[in-house]
Amino acid sequence: MTPQTVPSAIPTDLASGRGFKVRQYSICLKGILFRESLRFLNQRERFISSLVRPLLWLFVFAAGFRQVLGVSIIPPYKTYVLYEVYITPGLCGMILLFSGMQSSLSMVYDREMGNMRTLLVSPFPRWFLLVSKLLAGVAVSTMQVYAFLVIALFWGVRPPWVGYLLILPALFLSGMMLCSLGMLLSSIIKQLENFAGIMNFVIFPMYFASPALYPLWRIQESSPLLHKICLANPFTYAVELIRFALYGQIDWGSLMIVTAFTALFLGGAILAYNPSNGFLRRRQITGGNA
Amino acid sequence: MLFAQEDAMQDVKSNDEVSVPPALDVSAVGHCFGRKQVLSDISFSIAPGHFTVLLGLNGAGKTTLFSLISHLYDTRQGAIHIFGHDISREPGEALRRLGIVFQARTLDLDLSVYQNLSYHASLHGIGHAQALERIRTLLAQVNMSDRLYDKARSLSGGQMRRIEIARALLHRPPLLLLDEATVGLDIQSRAEILAMIRDLVVTDGISVFWATHLIDEVESNDDVVVLDKGRVLAQGRVSDVVRSAGSDNIRQAFASLTGLVSVLPEGACL
Repeated sequence: MTPQTVPSAIPTDLASGRGFKVRQYSICLKGILFRESLRFLNQRERFISSLVRPLLWLFVFAAGFRQVLGVSIIPPYKTYVLYEVYITPGLCGMILLFSGMQSSLSMVYDREMGNMRTLLVSPFPRWFLLVSKLLAGVAVSTMQVYAFLVIALFWGVRPPWVGYLLILPALFLSGMMLCSLGMLLSSIIKQLENFAGIMNFVIFPMYFASPALYPLWRIQESSPLLHKICLANPFTYAVELIRFALYGQIDWGSLMIVTAFTALFLGGAILAYNPSNGFLRRRQITGGNA
Repeated sequence: MLFAQEDAMQDVKSNDEVSVPPALDVSAVGHCFGRKQVLSDISFSIAPGHFTVLLGLNGAGKTTLFSLISHLYDTRQGAIHIFGHDISREPGEALRRLGIVFQARTLDLDLSVYQNLSYHASLHGIGHAQALERIRTLLAQVNMSDRLYDKARSLSGGQMRRIEIARALLHRPPLLLLDEATVGLDIQSRAEILAMIRDLVVTDGISVFWATHLIDEVESNDDVVVLDKGRVLAQGRVSDVVRSAGSDNIRQAFASLTGLVSVLPEGACL
């Protein structure tokens, strides 16, 4: 590469030197958060459907099963609780689970439509861009959970006020774990049309094989095998972390397991993320616009 | 002038001659999809402040090459330097110097023009106030000032392209890549966009790498890289390429180099 001598009159932003300052990282993160929030607000149907699903479970399923399923006194509860009170933390987890998969679907869509390319050609490190994108997804999910909890409040689900504060880090961590899992899946899945099928294979087993709907001891009584599956399911620990946090306690075991799974899924997602997967690559292989 | 004076490049010394590496240096680059080699031994460089055309038919490998230059794909064979920064080793420094207009439309249709541009500014660490000032200036430059708060969805294809060009220039890159930027546009929009980009080279000294399969977009004083089936067939000044191909013009030279002479009917246009 031979340096050339030319009259240089190129005004650029490069006067600030190499790399970026912390303030610029913050601007980038805020920009990604703001864009995801705008997209979410522009898609009102998405917001409504994200609330309708858990509310249906709360209003219809829980109301029907409250007479059938009694819940004994188990931590973090200090008294007998109604079934709708028991399943509320699981429904918060359900919102995070669906939302995590939804945002990864949005990443597959963005990758297919090209919007992801505008993100990935940013000069910020790729891991930072992907983590920012995940954080934006978690922020959106957290807003949905709080909206659900406000409605649940009028349905008689009244955790202590401190629970509303303590649940925030639990939601954040669980949301990161589930969004990272979604991103990992979106890295593996090469076609948009396959994603819905994969979601069914992930969301429903994760949700049903967890203490979201029934306490683990009840599951153990009915099926020891299912109990073992529940114990191997990371969503189990996310639900328990949320449940304890909502009642002002910390379940340290769940906290450690959720943190470990978050690190595992996040690391895997960042390593596996390859923009040459998916539609872009498929078109090129078939001899499209190479 | 498109850009404000206070943002002068760090190594600019007015009226001085300074030594700068090539705007883009591609050296022995190859790329495979599975077992299929789609680019082989691609080498060329682009001088700062030049308009260089990457000329090739559909399937020649233009978009793959752009994906490698923009770090969307990892460069596994060869090396790519942007103003001396290796895209594999210093992607951040290289990408800071690069503005890209993709072939496919990449505006978020649900957001306004301002929100799209503001989002891009944040992806380059540009604060709100500075971004707004630049957005206004650039929209005036591309004659789109009156569409600042309109949804991207409401724009025509040519207008979207103008916005994408403004977006690519927002962080003031010294090198601009445009991948088939005029595809799908009417004749007037094509001419206007091409003239606007050529103007940037003259007035702002930006280096432009313009990928196209439309031979009438090449001018006699341009630099050209002819790409076919993943290989560089010719490169240099258009006049040199025409002369070395033993042709009268770039159209004939391209047809001759790519073997199209034998398949095109007489008088057919590329």
